[in-house]
Amino acid sequence: MLLIHCPYCGVERPETEFACRGEAHIIRPADPSTQTDEQWAEFLYLRENPKGLYAERWRHIHGCGRFFNAVRETVSDKFVKVYKAGEPKPDLEALAKEMSA
Amino acid sequence: MKRFSFLELAKNAFNAHQNWGRQWRAPEPKAEYDIVIVGAGGHGLATAYYLAKEHGMKNIAVIEKGWLGGGNTGRNTTIVRSNYLWEESAALYNHAVNLWQGLSTDLNYNVMYSARGVMMLAHTVHDIQVFKRHIHANRLAGVQNEWLSPEAAKDYCPPLNIEKNIRYPVMGAALQRVGGTARHDAVAWGYARAADDMGVDIIQNCAVTGIRRGIDGAVEGVETAKGFIKAKKVGVVAAGHTSVLMDMVGVRMPLESNPLQALVSEPVKPAFPCVVMSNTIHAYISQSDKGELVIGAGTDQFVSYSQTGGIHITTHTIDAICELFPMFRRMRMLRNWGGIVDNTPDRSPIIGKTPVPGLFVNCGWGTGGFKATPGSGHVFAHTIAKDEPHPINAPFTLDRFRTGRLIDEAAAAAVAH
Repeated sequence: MLLIHCPYCGVERPETEFACRGEAHIIRPADPSTQTDEQWAEFLYLRENPKGLYAERWRHIHGCGRFFNAVRETVSDKFVKVYKAGEPKPDLEALAKEMSA
Repeated sequence: MKRFSFLELAKNAFNAHQNWGRQWRAPEPKAEYDIVIVGAGGHGLATAYYLAKEHGMKNIAVIEKGWLGGGNTGRNTTIVRSNYLWEESAALYNHAVNLWQGLSTDLNYNVMYSARGVMMLAHTVHDIQVFKRHIHANRLAGVQNEWLSPEAAKDYCPPLNIEKNIRYPVMGAALQRVGGTARHDAVAWGYARAADDMGVDIIQNCAVTGIRRGIDGAVEGVETAKGFIKAKKVGVVAAGHTSVLMDMVGVRMPLESNPLQALVSEPVKPAFPCVVMSNTIHAYISQSDKGELVIGAGTDQFVSYSQTGGIHITTHTIDAICELFPMFRRMRMLRNWGGIVDNTPDRSPIIGKTPVPGLFVNCGWGTGGFKATPGSGHVFAHTIAKDEPHPINAPFTLDRFRTGRLIDEAAAAAVAH
């Protein structure tokens, strides 16, 4: 079971208090009527699914109930960074370099 | 290849079974193949076997990062069934069930297919409605499936607790009698041995590190740990690592890879006659011929390639098993492990062409790929050989996520997502 730091509560809590909500920073198109089928497929279904660093949405569902984002390494499952919703996506390549250095 | 037969067995008994010989070669890769299959799991090996057997292809290699059958093929709970909802799925999984029936003879290898019946338990009114809908749909599609009362379910599986005083009492069950189990390792070994006998090179411990494309965009071959291997066609059958491989050619996939866990108990005498699954409280269980209880747990909620899973996922399953089968409460568990499964948004596989000419993909089997092994390999071989899908896998394209013609099997998947 993972231990996850909630950036709103400021505490580390067991994974069972949280719900993972998939890839972060996927933005719903502002003008849906102009989207092509390819763009809808991209928005709805295509996912990064990397073996490495991944930015994903988590929700502290049995705590404060709020959404936040996290960068996690998908082989070790270690959290590298948690940040509040609305903050920009970290540069994952730079983070990976920093970690391997 | 030395064919297995009663006579051969008797002959070998006289020299203490010392001269059986290798079951398959360990060849070095050639510089060029007509077809390269990436991934020597059950599906990959079956693909190579049917390419050689039914399509007369001779120059085939199966390239594997680890050892053959060492991924999800060796990690699953060995369940075979075909009680899926939609006609497309029923055709696909029933194709596999039909091939399972004659597979041991076909491969001259005992895959220990045992049609002991798969029973899916209903615990809520909603379950009853969903299962009855499945049964009706299955019967219209020519797939065997029947409804059992709680008492009939207990008759079929005596260890089952149908008391009304448990948290989720059993309200009935759907039974598919042709469902059952097969020995997972034997399936991989049987296909490997038979494919190798027809000249397929199975190259183990050789990771694919890149997929090379020519100036026209078509596949030229694969970069591997043992150097570049030229290939006219490449088939990716890499389960949880499909996204990683397809990323090498810049094709984004509608997949998420999650750890799925299973565990086995200490071996005991035969006590459990069939396979029982419960989607609602999440447990599935059968007894192997060695006597171990084979128990399947759920997936972790996040993307991971760790091949382990959270302990709370397995304890959740054990809770359900203990309530449904009180006689197993004092059993000790011997091992548990995780495999990485590739889930699609509609829980149906993707079998077909990709936007890259010469590159084919067979993936997205999620939590239930083992049961389809022969059918999957059979239709994928057809797709690669003919450059067009078999009628059975024609609906299972990558393109369905663009057109919207999804095949939603979330309710038929054994693992609640």
